[in-house]
Amino acid sequence: MKHTISLFITLSAFWLLNSGHYSLLILSLGFASIILILVIAHKMDVIDQESQPLHLTPDIFGYSAWLIKEVVLSNISVVKHIWLKDKSISPTLTTIKISQQTDMGKLIYANSITLTPGTVAIDLVKDEIIVHALVDKDIETLNAGEMDRRVTRLER
Amino acid sequence: MDTVITISSGFFILVGCFLCFSGGVGLLRFPDFYTRMHAVGVTDTLGAGMILIGLMFISSDILVFAKLVMILLLTLLIGPTTSHVLAKAAYHNGLMPKALNKLKKNNDKEANSSTL
Repeated sequence: MKHTISLFITLSAFWLLNSGHYSLLILSLGFASIILILVIAHKMDVIDQESQPLHLTPDIFGYSAWLIKEVVLSNISVVKHIWLKDKSISPTLTTIKISQQTDMGKLIYANSITLTPGTVAIDLVKDEIIVHALVDKDIETLNAGEMDRRVTRLER
Repeated sequence: MDTVITISSGFFILVGCFLCFSGGVGLLRFPDFYTRMHAVGVTDTLGAGMILIGLMFISSDILVFAKLVMILLLTLLIGPTTSHVLAKAAYHNGLMPKALNKLKKNNDKEANSSTL
């Protein structure tokens, strides 16, 4: 039930912000379309913890702020390597261990790795991620495991 | 106040343009497929992000602002997904990173020089 309500609120906010017309006719048409979407989603049985990860909400903002900081720092480092010559880079392909249990946690971790420039998650096999990094120092940072710990904490 | 907003928005857009340009340069300059992908990562995270933040400063009302935020979030979701799909396809079709050998040579050189 709470997932349905959350989906309703999300869709309403999305519709209101995208439309910008607030006459009664348009609002009721919007309301009707949201209800239609809810009915269809309910019949498809896709309204659950996976599509509406409410349990992540309290911690996700702190994690996002930390991730933005990381993205900015790694952007600066990659831009530096672009303007220096090829010689400054040391591409590495390796596998790293992950400690997340749930699919959602693994997804967040792999996506965070790919979002920070300089590291790309190539494949996920059981509890290992194949990572390609521009500089081998990035792999050491990942192995040190601060991002891993933060995502695992997010999961609980 | 207006001048401050205009100047800071211009600053953010300028930085965004520089980052997108750097991404393009990196795309041409790096040696193989995987390293080029990292260069593109700069363009689609902070490059696009900075330009959108610059536009948010000069957006006239809350609706335009909200749409820019939506575009930013969508970009941040789509960018890594497409990079990952490309990398996975390349990896599973047997494309190995070219520049790894060079790294090994460099390491050997370092090892030699340290023994000397």
